[in-house]
Amino acid sequence: MATLYIDNQPYEVKPGKNLLETCLTLGFDLPYFCWHPALGSVGACRQCAIKVFKDENDTKGRIIMSCMEPVTDKQRISLQDTEAVDFRSNVVELLMTNHPHDCAVCDEGGACHLQDMTVMTGHSSRRFTYKKRTHTNQYLGPFINHEMNRCIQCYRCVRFYKDYAGGRDLDAFASRSNVYFGREKDGILENEFSGNLSEVCPTGVFTDKTLKQHYTRKWDLTTAPSICQHCSLGCNIIAGERYGELRMVSNRYHGDVNGYFICDRGRFGYEFVNAPDRIRKPKLNGTTVEKEQVLSEIQNLLANAKVIGIGSPRASLQSNFALKALVGENHFYHGVSDNEHDLAELAIKILKEGPVRTPSLKEVERADAVFILGEDLTNTAPMLALAVRQAARQQPMKEVAEAHIPTWHDAAARELIQDKNGPVFIATVDVTKLDDVATRTYRSTPDDIARLGFAVANLLDSSSPSVNKLSEEEKVFAQQIAGALSKSERPVIISGASCESESVMKAASNIAWALHKKNAKAGIVLTMSECNSLGLAMMGGHRLHAAFDAVMHGYADTVIVMENDLYRHGTISSVNTFLQKCKNVIVLDHLDHATTQKASMVIPAGTFAESDGIVVSNEGRAQRFFQVYESTDVIQESWRWLLMMGVFVGNERMSRWKNFEDITKAISQEEPMLKGVDAITPPPDFRVAGQRIPRAPHRYSGRTAMNANVNVSEPKPPVDADSSLSYTMEGLRGLPPSSMIPFFWSPGWNSVQSVNKYQEEVGEALRGGNPGIRLLEPSPGNTVSYFTAVPEIFLALEDHIWVVPLHHIFGSEELSSRAAAVSERVVKPYVLINQDDALKLNLSEGQLLAFDIEQQSYQLPVKLSTVMKRNVVGLPYGLLGLPYSDLPAWGIIKK
Amino acid sequence: MEKPLTQHIRQDQRPLTLKEYEKTGGYEAVRKVLKGISPQGVQDIVKESNLKGRGGAGFPTGMKWSFVPLNAPKPKYLIANADEMEPGTFKDRILLECTPHQLIEGMIVSAYAIQANISYVYLRWAYKTAAVAITQAIQEAYEAGYLGKNILGSGFDLDMHLHTGVGRYMCGEETALLNSLEGKRATPRAKPPFPQISGLFGRPTIVNNVETLCNIPHIIVKGASWFKDLSLTNDPGTKLYGVSGKVKKPGAWELPMGVTMRELIEEHAGGMQDGLKFRGALPGGASTDFLVEEHLDIKMDYPSVAAAGSRLGTGTLVVLDDKTCPVGFVKNLEHFFAQESCGFCTPCREGLPWVEKILGSIDEGKGRLEDLDLLHEHTYNLGPGKTFCAFAPGAMEPLQSALKYFKKDFEQHIHEQRCPYHNGRA
Repeated sequence: MATLYIDNQPYEVKPGKNLLETCLTLGFDLPYFCWHPALGSVGACRQCAIKVFKDENDTKGRIIMSCMEPVTDKQRISLQDTEAVDFRSNVVELLMTNHPHDCAVCDEGGACHLQDMTVMTGHSSRRFTYKKRTHTNQYLGPFINHEMNRCIQCYRCVRFYKDYAGGRDLDAFASRSNVYFGREKDGILENEFSGNLSEVCPTGVFTDKTLKQHYTRKWDLTTAPSICQHCSLGCNIIAGERYGELRMVSNRYHGDVNGYFICDRGRFGYEFVNAPDRIRKPKLNGTTVEKEQVLSEIQNLLANAKVIGIGSPRASLQSNFALKALVGENHFYHGVSDNEHDLAELAIKILKEGPVRTPSLKEVERADAVFILGEDLTNTAPMLALAVRQAARQQPMKEVAEAHIPTWHDAAARELIQDKNGPVFIATVDVTKLDDVATRTYRSTPDDIARLGFAVANLLDSSSPSVNKLSEEEKVFAQQIAGALSKSERPVIISGASCESESVMKAASNIAWALHKKNAKAGIVLTMSECNSLGLAMMGGHRLHAAFDAVMHGYADTVIVMENDLYRHGTISSVNTFLQKCKNVIVLDHLDHATTQKASMVIPAGTFAESDGIVVSNEGRAQRFFQVYESTDVIQESWRWLLMMGVFVGNERMSRWKNFEDITKAISQEEPMLKGVDAITPPPDFRVAGQRIPRAPHRYSGRTAMNANVNVSEPKPPVDADSSLSYTMEGLRGLPPSSMIPFFWSPGWNSVQSVNKYQEEVGEALRGGNPGIRLLEPSPGNTVSYFTAVPEIFLALEDHIWVVPLHHIFGSEELSSRAAAVSERVVKPYVLINQDDALKLNLSEGQLLAFDIEQQSYQLPVKLSTVMKRNVVGLPYGLLGLPYSDLPAWGIIKK
Repeated sequence: MEKPLTQHIRQDQRPLTLKEYEKTGGYEAVRKVLKGISPQGVQDIVKESNLKGRGGAGFPTGMKWSFVPLNAPKPKYLIANADEMEPGTFKDRILLECTPHQLIEGMIVSAYAIQANISYVYLRWAYKTAAVAITQAIQEAYEAGYLGKNILGSGFDLDMHLHTGVGRYMCGEETALLNSLEGKRATPRAKPPFPQISGLFGRPTIVNNVETLCNIPHIIVKGASWFKDLSLTNDPGTKLYGVSGKVKKPGAWELPMGVTMRELIEEHAGGMQDGLKFRGALPGGASTDFLVEEHLDIKMDYPSVAAAGSRLGTGTLVVLDDKTCPVGFVKNLEHFFAQESCGFCTPCREGLPWVEKILGSIDEGKGRLEDLDLLHEHTYNLGPGKTFCAFAPGAMEPLQSALKYFKKDFEQHIHEQRCPYHNGRA
């Protein structure tokens, strides 16, 4: 530790960090713009100026930028020095010469870092009497609004977008006081992390366009800590409501998972909650009915029918558990394809029974060698792709340390390492958006990718199975990968469920295990299909086809489908047959879909925003999301509906579960793999000095007026029986427990930058620890037992195509595709084919290719690939309106 | 009076060909170092000569070189900063247009001294004649074996490329030059790390001014003490001085370091034009403080000009006469600086246009007394240590000194609400 004197007071601080972050960590209010804890320092804005003194006799000192200087022992600085104070005020005055005074109509007004810093520096009256410069704005797509006049040229946007996230279509243009941040011309921002610009921008240049569609001042939102539902990574989010409508999702800092950022699917996918085709009332055979009618009907049904339940990987542990409790363990089925079911179980086996630990996203960022097998991460687990992009810099960053340049000195570090990347190897069926940081890529079928993986494992440890018939090129590549992985300090192997191949996942784990023998720091990451795929698999349950069989063979005649469109997990013909054969089809869900269309009874379930629940991420991290608002309709959590049904049918066990806490305790007690999930957050009776934690900030306005046109009496706020959050603005003013932060705010810090005040150290863990518990730590005694089934080399068949799934960040995930803004970005159905195959078939781009996969026929316009293996085609996964097939599978070309 | 840099320039200013240059003793320094002086030896000679960088900052060249790790992994780079865009400065142009081989020879020796194998001439876009001359000279040097692999059988390799900018003053700042050369925005880089450690493409790099590099061959051939003896003062060598403004014979001349401002104006530039009196001058280009009548006899070397409160800079005087409005003069300069700001840091980007607007307002007769306070404040807030690089502090030098020496002119503008210099009245 070093001693730092700030205005003559000594503080014990970490040496090497920069003075700005050190002062912020100590709790000082020091203004800044261009510095960002995740992006480092560049020294552009000159806002964080302080004085530094040579020694205690130096009374003059000199102005320095605190973000650009490291802490040294016995250093003396001053924040209060008049010259420094005046200079900081002057910097804001200079910025204000061109910043429009449009706070009243700016989306950021009141939650604006520029406003906060202006107030902090004390600048208040205007001396600039000339015209301000103006700019034209650009159309940037459905996510981000552009208002360039507000720009203060901090350069954060391009540093995030280009340098951090690898974007190519946003840049700084022109010079002097005319610098312009935008695209080369109007158009959709291409990068999948563009939404972060709305939080990275210190003012209102880049704002959330979806919020603008139903704008509310950010402090007028009722917010709750939540977990993103749109992939398996479990990014922490804050979701905000007003007038019974979900209006915004923003990042909720988590030091181990998503850090400061989330992807665009996570940020803009929320609008499905407000979709016009939400199910808002129960329906019986197509007719809207009351709640009581549903429950009594259920009572009749359940008493006289043979009932099975089909759960869901996008429903919470609580909901799946309640369904399992209602129908009984033997009648509970996973609502996923058998392949996906098996992959989730395999992932658990690898992570639980193998010796290798799965790292958090933060740890992936620090990996110094990465091998990705089968996953197009930008489209299947976007934030993991962003983490890999940072990992690619780790090896070159060693040079930075050797040159004695601090790692936070972003500009110098980037100049030194230029565009060098460390070892990143990507083996996928088609190109990926991470290829630009890849050392080398490999393109083939999932089985061939697995073979390459097995070969790498075999090179690392010859006791793992060997691979025959590898091409020379594959052998060389395998050697290159094995060499790089074994030389690295923190290698990470990444695979997952998206190419639907057990072999690929097994090959990945063989590599990780082989590495582990030499390097205990090796890690493996396995992505899953949905937000709770792993949680569902940890709960036990049968395969979907077993459910189909149970009905076929008469063991069951009634099915309760919970938060699941079966047509996304089974072929049209198999699901049709199944649903036709069921006497009663009861569906609990929140959006209308093909399965609800065929249901005899539809029950309106809450979305994540109207629900409390726990989901388990691909890291095995169980995390809780809290209800943002109570729905005004009969909408409630699936688990609550199921508990009511349990009571109606006299299920004694379920009758004892009155609320979220009870059911969560039961999960912890009864599900061995989910032990401890009741301890993720404090219990509902948790209070600080007798107070609940308010969902609304104390600045919340209009409570007495917002419904006054209907009734002048202010309605009593609902009481939350499931958590210690309140639905009001009254309550705890201090820091809540880290697992239940509904919003970030601190005196003088009204923007998201206030997150500094919630961290133990700026940029590090939240005070009280990063939330969630990891359920899948390998036991110390776990030993390696290699997978031995190496697949055969891919052989083409005449007139056949091998159809593999291709994932899209916008379109492949069910719920977000139905959000208004995201739906604008969803691709039209197509089939991707090698250009030489297309030539052979006499097809050019856009022409239709007709083929069958089993009984399912497809006729789709072709897109051409230069890298896809011959005789292999890619079919977009999960697009609305594109019929499901179990993939990969052979297709037969129709001529 | 010896004029090592310019003595062989032809009357018609056609560039010397390789043959012509060799006849004057050209490439002797290259032969000398490649045959028998170690890189460290070359550095020692230059250090001993106490040659100071002629780009404006006056940093000792030998010391600058010594920060390059000699055993650093390749590649290393040497760059000639030929982006001469300082207003009123046209001294490198003469060397570039007339004796390109002298520059190339200086670059070869310098590259050898730091063991760089790749070199660039970063040339101002507008110097079209120089571009032709340098292109031709580089080609001749390759053909004669002074550039390329294994130069003169020594085992030393050096490639040289000409790169022309697109006309940004900022690119004369060495780190912005590096960014520009890399194809990036011409914004400066933070120092440390210095280019000697992390320069072009992140590798050790030296950027030297054209005039600095042209001195190197002569120092090598004739020695450090000869170089010191060229000067009238302790600041060694000759200097390419220039004079512009309303003098009879504006121009540039190579003279011993340390001639006085009076000699420059009266003897070399022929004195002020008839009917005009000397009011003041920027001694080293646009970004230096005014000197006035009382300073006419100071010696024009680095320490003497600094002692008088300004900087020798590029050594090219811009003269202000008594019929030219000093407010308008400074406004014109600040317009240039506001235009040329790279836009990276706040004080420079936002402060310079404000300064320009205030000066414009005063010049138009709309000034207010508080404008003078605002201008004073800017000279502090855009001053050294406040901004990211030396651009804005340089831009403040003529302003702060004008406010000091021509205070009455500013006040008169404001009191009379008009420019007293318009309509020929002073």
